[in-house]
Amino acid sequence: MKLVTAVIKPHKWEDVREALETFGVTGMTVSEVSGYGRQKGHTEVYRGAEYDIALVPKIRIEIVVDDGDADDVVGIVVKTAQTGRIGDGKVWVSPVETVVRVRTGDRDENAL
Amino acid sequence: MDGYYAFMLVATALVLMMTVPALALFYGGMSRSKSVLNMMMMSYVAAAIVGILYVAVGWSMGWSGDGTFFANPFELFWLDGVGTTDYIFVMFQMTFAIITVALISGAVADRMKFSAWLVFVPLWALLCYFPMAHMVFSCTEDSLICGRIGAQDYAGGTAVHINAGVAALVLVLLLGKRIGWPKDQMRPHNLTLTMLGAGLLWFGWYGFNVGSIVIVDQDITAEMGRTFANTTLATMAAILGWLVIERLMHGKATSLGAASGIVAGLVAITPAAGAVNLSGAVAIGAIAGAVCAWAVGLKYKLGYDDSLDVVGVHLVGGIVGTVLIGVFSTSEGAGGIDGLLYGGGAGSLGDQTLGVLVAVVFSAVITAVIALAIKYTLGLRVTEEDEVEGIDLAAHGESAYDLHTGMSGGGGGKTGVLNTRPADSEGAHA
Repeated sequence: MKLVTAVIKPHKWEDVREALETFGVTGMTVSEVSGYGRQKGHTEVYRGAEYDIALVPKIRIEIVVDDGDADDVVGIVVKTAQTGRIGDGKVWVSPVETVVRVRTGDRDENAL
Repeated sequence: MDGYYAFMLVATALVLMMTVPALALFYGGMSRSKSVLNMMMMSYVAAAIVGILYVAVGWSMGWSGDGTFFANPFELFWLDGVGTTDYIFVMFQMTFAIITVALISGAVADRMKFSAWLVFVPLWALLCYFPMAHMVFSCTEDSLICGRIGAQDYAGGTAVHINAGVAALVLVLLLGKRIGWPKDQMRPHNLTLTMLGAGLLWFGWYGFNVGSIVIVDQDITAEMGRTFANTTLATMAAILGWLVIERLMHGKATSLGAASGIVAGLVAITPAAGAVNLSGAVAIGAIAGAVCAWAVGLKYKLGYDDSLDVVGVHLVGGIVGTVLIGVFSTSEGAGGIDGLLYGGGAGSLGDQTLGVLVAVVFSAVITAVIALAIKYTLGLRVTEEDEVEGIDLAAHGESAYDLHTGMSGGGGGKTGVLNTRPADSEGAHA
């Protein structure tokens, strides 16, 4: 199993969710996060004083999937979250040793 | 004249509202979340202290008789000899004293000791505001700014805004910059409070300006109409003036700019509200909005930390409005003088400018004496630790916001009484 983690622009979140649901992803964890990449943050102006705001709001999606689905899920996220402009985000895949469903005690694939 | 008293009752309540809560909201929103309560408390305690002091000696110093700088403080001590009908006008003037003192607090946000503020407020009201109110408002023959110089000030361009603005500048020079300024982020923590406060200030300002009726050779309702319309139009023009400058200089028209434009316009039209016609009001508002939008940047160039721009808005806006009376006033107005633009020559402009200079020097000297006395006895500034962790906790043992949910407080009282420290154990040492 793999953990796919995606950090995307907030306004792309609905598109990504729909695409993942259509593909058959049954669950995910979503959080509002902030951070920055190469583009750094943005600038705000208060009474003429410019402030460099380092952290930009993003949505982080975490999905645990079967090994075979990981590439497809990554592809779907990249395709739907892409705007071509700077700050579109990142997706990464990490190995997952085991998953347990808390309600039933089911493990691994049965727990997804 | 029962209608007059009924109106003045409303006007007085409106002006009190300008401090509590309008100014507190305006300033509170602009300060940082760790010091918003202290910011608001500075306004609230100014109301409490100055109000009582005003009844004791303030009214007497301002209005009991002649004197170049002030009248006898004990002539009408504790309103002895003042009829209760006149209490309404006493209360009206009291609210002016209150907001003038409270205005200063925006400059010293985050770092002035609350105890030092509690000492500064009565001393400054007594030695700086009450005399200035006499010099400007009571307008006896001897009174310096109105009587001797002959400068016009309808509702407080010199006595209120220049006075508070100069005091703010002197205080920040003696206090020093906030830790980290100007490098660190010190942006407003809640602009919705600021927008609400600015709107309430505008509302309350009708009491401020329209309530300052002088009734000179014309009927009272005409004067009310003029001051009400001038106050409104100048404010509208100032919003636009500020936003245009902001858009040109920084690329965006901001909400803080609109809120600030409101205040800048109101400040500038305050001295001129009775003196000018509608076009004069629009011109003064637009100029004040634009000039103040530029002036708030001066602190970065000159290096003084006027936290919430009391100098940039009140001192500069007050000067703009007071001086421009010499340009835009018309003889139909309350002062009966034609300004430069209406063929009256430069005489009025000279009087207005001299009035400004006297107000600036008087306020600077008196404020410096008071602030230095406090600095070398009680101390003006909180400790570095208290400033970094927030003056709300240090001075008041409170924090403005608890935005945590779920993680504590709902789990069978684990975080309840046991973790609550006695109130006197920490945090009450500012």
